Amino acid sequence: MGFLDISNVTKSYGNVEVLHQVDIKVEEGEFLVLVGPSGCGKSTLLNMIAGLEGITSGDISIKGRVMNGVHPSNRNIAMVFQSYALYPNMTVGQNMTFGLEMHGVEKSKRDVALKDVAKLLQLDQLLDRKPGQLSGGQRQRVAMGRALVRDPDVFLFDEPLSNLDAKLRVDMRTEIKKLHEKLKTTIVYVTHDQIEALTLSTRIAVMNGGYVQQLGTPKEIYDTPANLFVATFMGSPAMNVLPAKVSMVDGVPYAQIIDGEGQPVSLRFSQENMEDWDGKDILLGIRPEALTDPEGADRKSTNIATFHNAIDVTEPAGSDTFVTTTLGDADVIARMRADTDVASGQMFEFAVNMDKAVAFDPVTEQRIAP
Amino acid sequence: MSIATQGTDVNTGKIARTFIYLVLLVFALFYLLPFFVMVVNSLKPLDEITGGNMMALPDKWTIQPWLSAWSSAQIGVEPTGLKPYFVNSILMVVPAVAISTFLGALNGYVLTKWRFRGDTILFGLLLFSCFIPFQIVLIPMATILGKIGLAGTIPGLVLVHVVYGVGFTTLYYRNYYAAFPTELVRAAMMDGAGFFRIFWRIMLPVSGPITVVSVIWQFTNVWNDFLFGASFGGQSQPMTVALNNLVQSSTGVKEYNVHFAGAILAALPTLLVYIVAGRYFVRGLMAGSVKG
Amino acid sequence: MARHATDADFRTKLQEWIPKLVLSPSIALMLIFVYGFILFTVYLSFTGSRMLPRYDLVGFDNYARLWGLSAWWTAVTNLAIFASLYIFICTAIGLTLAILLDQKIRGEGMLRPIYLYPMALSFIVTGTAWKWFLDPGIGLENTMHLWGWDSFSFGWIKDRNMAIYTIVIAAVWQTSGFVMAMFLAGLRGIDNEILKAAQIDGASNWSLYRRIVIPMLRPAFLSAFVILAHLAVKSYDLVIALTGGGPGRATELPATFMYSYTFTRNQMGTGAASAVIMLMTIAAIMMPYLYAELKEKK
Repeated sequence: MGFLDISNVTKSYGNVEVLHQVDIKVEEGEFLVLVGPSGCGKSTLLNMIAGLEGITSGDISIKGRVMNGVHPSNRNIAMVFQSYALYPNMTVGQNMTFGLEMHGVEKSKRDVALKDVAKLLQLDQLLDRKPGQLSGGQRQRVAMGRALVRDPDVFLFDEPLSNLDAKLRVDMRTEIKKLHEKLKTTIVYVTHDQIEALTLSTRIAVMNGGYVQQLGTPKEIYDTPANLFVATFMGSPAMNVLPAKVSMVDGVPYAQIIDGEGQPVSLRFSQENMEDWDGKDILLGIRPEALTDPEGADRKSTNIATFHNAIDVTEPAGSDTFVTTTLGDADVIARMRADTDVASGQMFEFAVNMDKAVAFDPVTEQRIAP
Repeated sequence: MSIATQGTDVNTGKIARTFIYLVLLVFALFYLLPFFVMVVNSLKPLDEITGGNMMALPDKWTIQPWLSAWSSAQIGVEPTGLKPYFVNSILMVVPAVAISTFLGALNGYVLTKWRFRGDTILFGLLLFSCFIPFQIVLIPMATILGKIGLAGTIPGLVLVHVVYGVGFTTLYYRNYYAAFPTELVRAAMMDGAGFFRIFWRIMLPVSGPITVVSVIWQFTNVWNDFLFGASFGGQSQPMTVALNNLVQSSTGVKEYNVHFAGAILAALPTLLVYIVAGRYFVRGLMAGSVKG
Repeated sequence: MARHATDADFRTKLQEWIPKLVLSPSIALMLIFVYGFILFTVYLSFTGSRMLPRYDLVGFDNYARLWGLSAWWTAVTNLAIFASLYIFICTAIGLTLAILLDQKIRGEGMLRPIYLYPMALSFIVTGTAWKWFLDPGIGLENTMHLWGWDSFSFGWIKDRNMAIYTIVIAAVWQTSGFVMAMFLAGLRGIDNEILKAAQIDGASNWSLYRRIVIPMLRPAFLSAFVILAHLAVKSYDLVIALTGGGPGRATELPATFMYSYTFTRNQMGTGAASAVIMLMTIAAIMMPYLYAELKEKK
């Protein structure tokens, strides 16, 4: 049994089921990120953990205690909201200790807790200000401080960074990560931003349409996505997906794709167990960073395939240059080093790191290899 | 409502601008004139009114009409002046405004932050009740007030004004609280605050602006009401009814100057409230009525 | 927030009931004093009640009688004249003043309260002021004569055919400033960039307002119409104070008709029927508006 146990939980509004059989066990100290597009059910699940929404069937328990029907304030959890939800009429200090006050903690103890957390988050100077006088980043820290003061079993974060500008978002991301590493708290974090998910989490649950599509470490999710949805949702730019046909040559599997001029190109799979798919159509997934020039290819790779194709567009982005080319009628993005010598319209030699290629069943969209 | 500093104005020439100012001033005159005439003539002796020009300032200034209107003019059959009726109005307005505003705040809080199935329909019914012609409830109301012994009493009038005012106060608070982030209520809930604690500690402290609107609205409506006062006032008639009796009385000489002084006395409380807090009122009223 | 009633803890269950309990007094008052009373009045309108409520059903007799009464026809005709003029003039003045006041006018802060203050007065005070102002013997007409304009004549308030228009004047005086404020709020809420775009597109002042600004004020027009229309149907105090329904019955409105038939002429059944018709008129105006408002908010 985990620290936070979500077992077979479903949620329905009337006859419409919006969450289906969610089953996640979170260990103490874990940083679980729920990620998915809007409407996937991630916020509903978080609200159910918080007790802000009821559970239709299944159980949620924390430290072995079933929480169904327990009032939010009695679950020993704390939540950081998207809008921070700071009480506008109270000072920073009052905001942070309001929960303790409601739980009947005496003033002297509240002050000690407040002092510790204020120091940790560098809020000492701001305790007498009202939320309206704070910058976005400061409000964010107060919201986290309010959660920390309670010393809860589980922290819930509901898209806490989405109201910040791009630079501040990156800074606060680092701060949250540092805080987690320092305090080893158990966190459930909701976001629609897949980069936040990958950078912050110890485990990720990718959700779509009310289902958990895949639950795993960031590396598992990125390298071996369970299905086409996870593959294309996680990673930016998204994974290239092109139609291909499997053919076995001397017992070795190859993926046949069509290049920009309609000519077939064969790419050898790094995986061996593809016999069942001989002669069948698949979808081949290649991450942009696995498609480069031969110079830039991963030296540790055991299997680099090369081919020539025309460049459609080049987009220098500072640290990288993105190159768009056409394979099998689809636009494909390759990620090159910034100093790669490329130009639109030019014929170019591409290198594919087939160790990183993933194959999907075109009908079920589930991963078949590796 | 945020008033943008940059308006929808257009570039206009000098002649056009003069014309605009002219029109605006003419209308200002239109709105000011009747009240100006009332004030000026309330300070004249009666013979200057009947024999003179209403626009002229008094030759002989006098506050006698005011004193008479306040304490000795004939209202109905008694020469009591408007004073006792003024007191009636105060006794009626204060509790009616306080109760209806408080109920409206609680209702608005429930209808936005503790929603339940069917709440929109209840609100719709409440809202429609603001707009009914009160003639439709006059007959049963007279019957019921008589049965429960509140006919012709101040508490009876308070009850009537609370009942037909609570729709509006609910509307105001509901619109105001709707813009108030629900996440705050959820945060307070997780912090362990219950229904009433959230109301007292989180919602009420930020409800100042809308409370001003609700109080002024209710104060103006209740103070200015005539229909209910005339129908159910009985021995406890409010100011408006007394003023009408004073003005319409057909016995004796028409003391116009006393009538004017009385009319201004009747208008004074609402005018004062309007002058002191009118800005907030209009701002809130707009937010309430334009956005529905 | 639907929860499992069976497995919710006490606190959670309590928190679910408190809001409904808090709302219930207002709902109870409303159901009894508004909707219960409406049903009661509707019922009375089908009875032969005279001085006191009676419960013998007489079918549509009261309605038939009502529409046969010339006094009722006068009241309805008066309401039609009054309401259409009142709504139209208030809207026209309100819109004009709002647009003019929105031209970066010096002294806007002074003018706005002047336009608005009549709204704070009761209709009884307004009626008293105008009754006298319009009285030919001592008011405007007399003043003009004293100033040497001897042919000036303005006796509408004593004229059976014109008296209803004096009610329009006084009502417009009281409410048009309020309508101005509604339009002004609407104007200030319009996105400036749209106007800049229109000016860059070469729109003249006239076409800017006609094609862009006024169409964007649609919600303000709608609110103004609903508020003015319901005020018009409910108008009672102003008539009582200004003309008392006279001269003769020339300025009776349905609201005064209902009151006098019910309480002074002891024709309660007929009075109730007239109140029902007033309610139906208002419902026809309000229902679509409220429905749209509430639906959009869901």
